Amino acid sequence: MSDIASRVKAIIVDKLGVDDNEVTTEASFTNDLGADSLDTVELIMEFEKEFDIQIPDDQAENIGTVGQAISYIEEAKK
Amino acid sequence: MQLKRVVVTGLGALTPIGNNIEEYWNALINGVSGAAPVTYYDAAKFKTRFACELKGFKVNDYIDRKEARRMDRFTQYGIVASDEAIADANLNLDEVNKLRVGVIWGAGIGGLETFQNEVLNFAAGDGTPRFNPFFIPKMIPDIAPGLISIKNGFMGPNYTTVSACASSANAMIDALNYIRLGTCDVIVTGGSEAAVTIAGMGGFNAMHALSTRNESPETASRPFDAERDGFVLGEGAGAIILEEYEHAKARGAKIYAEVIGGGMSSDAHHMTAPHPEGIGVIAVMKNCLENAGIKPEDVDHINTHGTSTPLGDVAELKAISEVFGDHAKNININSTKSMTGHLLGAAGAIESIASILAMENGIIPPTINHSNIDKNINPDLNLTLNKPQHREIKIAMSNTFGFGGHNACVAFKKVDD
Repeated sequence: MSDIASRVKAIIVDKLGVDDNEVTTEASFTNDLGADSLDTVELIMEFEKEFDIQIPDDQAENIGTVGQAISYIEEAKK
Repeated sequence: MQLKRVVVTGLGALTPIGNNIEEYWNALINGVSGAAPVTYYDAAKFKTRFACELKGFKVNDYIDRKEARRMDRFTQYGIVASDEAIADANLNLDEVNKLRVGVIWGAGIGGLETFQNEVLNFAAGDGTPRFNPFFIPKMIPDIAPGLISIKNGFMGPNYTTVSACASSANAMIDALNYIRLGTCDVIVTGGSEAAVTIAGMGGFNAMHALSTRNESPETASRPFDAERDGFVLGEGAGAIILEEYEHAKARGAKIYAEVIGGGMSSDAHHMTAPHPEGIGVIAVMKNCLENAGIKPEDVDHINTHGTSTPLGDVAELKAISEVFGDHAKNININSTKSMTGHLLGAAGAIESIASILAMENGIIPPTINHSNIDKNINPDLNLTLNKPQHREIKIAMSNTFGFGGHNACVAFKKVDD
C-alpha cells in the first residue's frame, strides 16, 4: 500500500469509527462506511489538511469512495 | 379544563460528586465536595484554578467513539443522564406512543468548548475559514434534546430553554405545563452543561463571579458562610422523566413525587447582580406557591439557589423570610451547591433531583463548609449546616436564578399511595 493510501485509510478509520478491514478501495463513504453529509465534508477537510492540498467543492463531490480519494490525492501530489 | 396531574417516574444524574443517581445521593448525604484543581487544561495563569469537574467519567463507556466525537461534552452528559432516567422509569420504548413523548432540555450556554476550539483553530491559521462541518450542530444548545430524541425516537415537543442558571428549571416547568395541558404523556426533561473550559472559566473570572480560594478548593463553595467569595464552576447533567399521572399508574410505574407547580419571574434590575431586596425572588416563590395551590406553611424544604456569592445568598434568604414569614424557621433550607458546585443550566435539574431524593429518603443533604456566621443572615433559619438532617418532607421547593434576572422555582409533593 502506498504511503498516501495508508494515510487516507487512517483518517477514515479515525473519523468514521470503522474497522481497518472495512476500508477497502471500493468502499463508499456513505453506503458502506456509515458516513452522512457532514462526515464526508469533514473527511475532505482532513485530506486537505493532511496532504496540504485544496479540493474545490465541485471536485469533492466526485470523491465518494476510498479509492477515489486516494487517486485524487495521488494526482494532486504529483 | 381540568389540568392533568404530573409525576416524576425516572431520574438520572452525572455530577461532580457521582456519575449516577446512587453515587450522587450517597455523596450528598455524606457531605462530599466535588471541587479540585482543574485537570482539563493548564489553569496556571487563571485567577481560579479549581472547579467541580466530573470524576472518572469515560464517555466511551457509555457512547461509541464515533457518536461521541460528534457531540460537545454538554450533549454527551445529557445523553448519559437521560439514558439512566429512561431506564430508571422502565419506559418500554416499543409500547409508548412516541408522538406524545417530548424532550425539553435546559442548557445555559451549550457547546462552549466546541465554539472555543473552532475559533482558536481559525485564529491560529492564515485567515482561511476552515471550520469543521460539525461546529454549528455540535455547539447549539438545542442539539442535546435533538440527539436524545434521535436516539430514542421521541417525536413530541423538542427544544432547549436558555435562561442561564435557571435553564433546566424553566425546562421542567415547560414540561410540567405541556403534560398538564394534555399535549404529552411523557417528557424527558432536565439539563446539562460543560463550561469548565478556558473560555468559561476566563469569562466567569472576568466577572469576579468565581471563588478564588485556590489554597482550599474543597471548602471554596460555602453558601451562607461569612467568608464566601463566589461560586465554584461545576459541570454535568440531571435528567428527570415527567409523566402524566394516569399514564404512570396504568403501566405500574414507580412514582417518586408529584410536580405540583412552577413559578417564574424576572428581577428587571441588572444584567448579573441580584436585586438587593430580592423582589424577583419573592415574586417567583409566591408564583410557585400559587401555581401549586399551596400555602407557605405547607413547605417543609427549600433547596436554594445558594451559589456562595456575597450578595445572592443574603438576598435569597431575605426573600424566603419575606414569603414564608414566621414559618421560614420551620423549613429545612439547604444549598447542595456547597458540594456539587454550580452546574449553571443543569443546576435546577440536579437540585430538584436532590430534593426529590430527600423527600423519598426523609433526609435533607447538608450545606457543607459552614464555619463563620454571617451577621446579615437571620439566625433563626435552619440552613441544614454541615450535617444531614432527618426530616419527613411532604412538600419541597427548588429555587434557581440566572444571569439576566431570570428566576424559576419548582414545587414537588410526596405521593402517598
